[in-house]
Amino acid sequence: MAKMNLLQAINSALDLAMAKHDNVYSFGEDTGGFGGVFRATSGLTEKYGKHRNFNTPLVEQGIIGFANGLASQGSYAVAEIQFGDYIFPAFDQIVNESAKFRYRSGNEFNVGGLTIRTPYGGGIAGGHYHSQSPEAYFAHTPGLKIVVPRNPYEAKGLLLSAIFDKNPVLFMEPKRLYRAAVGEVPEEEYTIPLGQAEVVKEGKDITVLGWGAQMEMTEKAVEKAEQDGVSCEVIDLRTIVPWDVETVAQSVLKTGRLVISQEAPITGGFASEIAATIQDRCFLYLESPIARVSGIDVPYPLCHEKEYMADHLKIYEAIKRSMNY
Amino acid sequence: MAKDKKHNMEIVTKPKWFGAESVSIPMLQILKEDGSLHKGADLPEFDKALIMKIYDTMHFIRILDERMIAAQRQGRISFYLASRGEEAESVASAAGLDDGDMIMGQYREQGALAYRGFTVEQFMNQLFSNEKDLGKGRQMPVHYGCADLNFMTISSPLGTQIPQATGYAYGQKMDKTGKCTICYFGEGAASEGDFHAALNMASVYKVPVIFFCRNNGYAISTPSQGEQYGGDGIAPRGIGYGMKTIRIDGNDVFAVLKATQLARKLAVEENEPVLIEAMSYRMSAHSTSDDPTGYRTRDEEEGWRAKDPLERLQKWMMNEGWLTEEHIEQHLEEVKAAVLASLKEAEKVPAPHIDELVNDVYDQPTTLLKEQLAELKEHIAKYPDAYPKTSGRLD
Repeated sequence: MAKMNLLQAINSALDLAMAKHDNVYSFGEDTGGFGGVFRATSGLTEKYGKHRNFNTPLVEQGIIGFANGLASQGSYAVAEIQFGDYIFPAFDQIVNESAKFRYRSGNEFNVGGLTIRTPYGGGIAGGHYHSQSPEAYFAHTPGLKIVVPRNPYEAKGLLLSAIFDKNPVLFMEPKRLYRAAVGEVPEEEYTIPLGQAEVVKEGKDITVLGWGAQMEMTEKAVEKAEQDGVSCEVIDLRTIVPWDVETVAQSVLKTGRLVISQEAPITGGFASEIAATIQDRCFLYLESPIARVSGIDVPYPLCHEKEYMADHLKIYEAIKRSMNY
Repeated sequence: MAKDKKHNMEIVTKPKWFGAESVSIPMLQILKEDGSLHKGADLPEFDKALIMKIYDTMHFIRILDERMIAAQRQGRISFYLASRGEEAESVASAAGLDDGDMIMGQYREQGALAYRGFTVEQFMNQLFSNEKDLGKGRQMPVHYGCADLNFMTISSPLGTQIPQATGYAYGQKMDKTGKCTICYFGEGAASEGDFHAALNMASVYKVPVIFFCRNNGYAISTPSQGEQYGGDGIAPRGIGYGMKTIRIDGNDVFAVLKATQLARKLAVEENEPVLIEAMSYRMSAHSTSDDPTGYRTRDEEEGWRAKDPLERLQKWMMNEGWLTEEHIEQHLEEVKAAVLASLKEAEKVPAPHIDELVNDVYDQPTTLLKEQLAELKEHIAKYPDAYPKTSGRLD
């Protein structure tokens, strides 16, 4: 075990993946010798050479187009999009190409070796274009997997699974926690399975669900609620697609209450999808309406960031409302 | 003249502008329209068997296209895209490659696929979306793909295959395969951002890729000159991206073959990406959903008929004594019969089983997908007449 922040954990996963197979490539804007603007890829060029960890020209659609081709050739392509906010020039390559590659060819070809890493989320005074949480756009596209880790340990294990998963994976890294989250992380290789949520804390009165950086907010809110005597079950979804309906439904069947928090705006967010499915599965067991605590439907703000965010106080209030319904 | 050493450029003291006229790119032509060779022209490497194979493949594709347009008109298939007038581009370029090279096409390169050995039955199964289709009936007609023949499955969005070709070729280079990737696209698709991304990245990474632009004059109804681009076509863009570029007569089998053979050498032996701009004309409509009388004249089309690539090659071969009227007639009859027989056969093959609906979205169907399929099957069982393609075999 070693103490690592989230960036170091990601760097360690990339390092181990590249050591494991010669055909694992890491690339993106400024990710070469410089190591990326957040330094997630630092040291990799020195270790594996400039043909395996390299810079790309400044063109996101090209990065993912290139990555799709490289993955279809049988290599592992780990592409970094510098900010999730800049992934949209590559939207066509991701939605129409990566996601449909295997299906449209009848399994003649696939881009299973593709992993797209991108930092997402707010809380860093990044304004409109360095703060967004775009997971819902991609969750609406069959064929992609979407993974969001909450801490360094999870980041390393989930990224190693994502890289070697047989499907294209969008791996969204909570940039607010890049250096803020520090924890014990094994130095060797280990994996955390995709598609499985984790019950982080067991409880009996209410289920509180989130993913990524929202888990920190959720845990703070739960601490406060528990002081009021509410027993909370906390779940980290970990994989947005395919999401673990079973674990969430089992928990809600037990507690009868569900609060979901997400950073993204509320309308059309993934929390809505979870709410719809869970009310379908658990209708007769629900004691109160399923609550969504999220951003409001505005472009991600700058000066009003604190007011905008789905922080622990808003989650705490939602827990109380649900309990007192 | 003074020189700026840092940027490695000459310094001028009076404004010096550069424009489209600064580069004038000629067009390589070896076989003249009348079917005779230009004197002193650099010929490609070929023998009689190769040229016969090219001819027969071009002829096959033309017959297949004609027959399938008719089948679409009869309502037997939903849609078709013909390649009439552009058969030399796809077939002779495929002939300039190694069979292990990857082909990434747009949707008018059925000639390259036929050259690789895709059978008439395989064509038909795809066109009829039946259960023998390699693509499992999931894409519209003409979106072929075949891993065994190194022919990447076609997708409809334009230009997406171009940066993918750069990435594929990167893998080929790193794996030291000694193979390259050829990527076909039209001059319209060359307006897409993906084209520019792809050429720039290929130039930066020095990968073994051949970008083959079929400049066929039209993107559906939009004419190339003046409406698709303002400059001198696509070729100068290759120079702008720092890569070897050539412009050729796309209706001249020998020019296409020669350029592709040379391009392959540059790509594989020197890791030089290459851009080929082949000048041609889309004799057919864009697709069976298109009517060219709305945007071009009969006169214009007639003018291009004189440049027909198949007839041009035919004339030369007959002069050489490599082709006879009997061979043409016999081949025509054979292909027609084979097309008709396999068409009738493919029509009878059922659609893929309903379970295939959820396969291959991921390597394994997810739990949610399995549940959705089970629900769907229950529904189909309840209303079998409404879903005749699949209700007969739900188990």
